[in-house]
Amino acid sequence: MAFRGKSLDRGLNAQPALEFRGVSYRINGSIILENLSFCIDPGRTLVLLGRSGSGKTTALKMVNGLLFPSSGQVLVESRATSDWDLIQLRRSIGYVIQEVGLFPHFTIGENVGLVPRLNGWTPHRITARVAELLHQVGLDPVRFLNRYPRELSGGQRQRVGVARALAAEPKLLLFDEPFGALDPVTRVELQDQFLELRDRLQITSIFVTHDVREALRLCSEIALLHRGKLEILAKPADFMDCQGPEARAFLSTL
Amino acid sequence: MIPPYLWQEIAQLTGEHFVLVLVSMAIAAGAGLPLGILLTRRASLRTPLLGFANVMQTIPSLALFGFLIPIPFIGGIGKRTAIFALVLYALLPILRNTLAGILGVDRAVRESAIAMGMTGRQLLWEVELPLAAPTILAGIRIATVTTIGTATIAAAIGGGGLGVFIFRGIASVDSTQILAGAIPAALLALLSDGGFSWIERRFSVV
Repeated sequence: MAFRGKSLDRGLNAQPALEFRGVSYRINGSIILENLSFCIDPGRTLVLLGRSGSGKTTALKMVNGLLFPSSGQVLVESRATSDWDLIQLRRSIGYVIQEVGLFPHFTIGENVGLVPRLNGWTPHRITARVAELLHQVGLDPVRFLNRYPRELSGGQRQRVGVARALAAEPKLLLFDEPFGALDPVTRVELQDQFLELRDRLQITSIFVTHDVREALRLCSEIALLHRGKLEILAKPADFMDCQGPEARAFLSTL
Repeated sequence: MIPPYLWQEIAQLTGEHFVLVLVSMAIAAGAGLPLGILLTRRASLRTPLLGFANVMQTIPSLALFGFLIPIPFIGGIGKRTAIFALVLYALLPILRNTLAGILGVDRAVRESAIAMGMTGRQLLWEVELPLAAPTILAGIRIATVTTIGTATIAAAIGGGGLGVFIFRGIASVDSTQILAGAIPAALLALLSDGGFSWIERRFSVV
C-alpha cells in the first residue's frame, strides 16, 4: 500500500474521480504492474511517465476495462471497473491513442458523432455537437465534415481523434501517447490545444507519455512508472527535485 | 453449323448449371460466413475447421463425387449429392478469406471501437464486416469461378448441368458436344467474375 492516499491537494470530502487500489497485473508469469495505488481528483490531469514496457499503457487500459487487474481494484467514481456495465463505462470515457484509430470507412463527421449516436442522441443534436467539436479542435466543420480520414494529415487526424473522444461529454479522458507520432511543431500545437480544452472543460484526464517535457507541460501530477512499479507521484515542481535514479534518468533528457 | 436442337439443349443445361452453382454458392456462403466469423472469435476451432476444409479441397473432385454416392441422406445419384460436394469445395476460400479479412482489420481501429463502447454486435456489423468486405467478397468470387468449373463433373453422378455435354462428347468422341459444354461454362465463369469485380468497385467502402 505504498502510495495510498498520497494524492496531492485533496479536499477533505472530495471523492476521487479515479483510484487505483493495489493494482497488479500478471500475464504468462511476468509481472507488468505491481501493487499500483494512486488517486486522481476531479478535473486534474495525471501524467503516467515511463519507458517503453514500464506498464503505463497497461495501467491506462484498466480504466476503461480493456484490461482488468490480476489483483487489486480500479475504481471509477468509487466503483470498481468490474462492477460497471462495461459498455456504459466505455461510452463515458474518451480514449485517444497514438495510432488515432479513426474508422476509415466513416466520414470525419460520422467518426466524431459515433459515441453520441451509440448513446441514442437525435441526428439533429449529433450534427450540432459534431460541428461544435470540430470547431473546438481547430478544424473547419464545413471543410472537414464529409471527408474521409485518409484525406487528412496526421495532425488533423489526431485533432479528429480528440474531438471524437470529447463527443459524448465524457467524465474521464484517456490519452495514450497521442502526439508521439507527430512532428515537433504540430505536437506543441496539439499540446496547447489540450491545455486550453482541459482548462475550459475541466475533465479529469490521464495522459501516458515517455516524453518528460510533455509530461511537465501538461500534468497536474506526474506518476513515474518503472518496471511496473510507481516510483514517484509528485507535482511537477517537486518532480524536478527528485533524486531517484529513474527520475534523474528522465530529467537528464531535458 | 450448330443444329437448332443443340441450341435448345445448351440453353437448358446452362440453366441447370447456373442453378447448381447458385444453390451451392448460397449454401457455401450461408455456412462459410458465419463459420468464418466464429473462427475469428474461437481460435481453438481454427486448426480443425480449416484443416477439414483443406482436406476436402485436396480430394480429386471426381473421387469425391464417387465417394458420396453410397452415403445415405447426402449421397446417392442426382443433384443433391452434386450440390453437397460443390459446397464442400467452395467452403475453404470463403472460410479462409472471412477469417483473414476480419483479422486483418487494423488493431487500432478495433481497439478504438471497443474502447468507445461498441457492443460485440456493433463491432462486427459496423466495423469488422464493412472493412473485411473486399477480402470476403474476393473469397466468394474465387469460390464461384472454381465451382462453375467443378460443377461440370456433377454430370458424372447424374447432377446434370453442362457436364452432360462434356461427358457425352468424350464418350462419343464428338468435339462439338464437348465444346457445347465447355464454352458456355467458360462464359459463365467470365461473366460471374466480371459481375463480382463490378460489385467490388461499386461497393468499395474505403
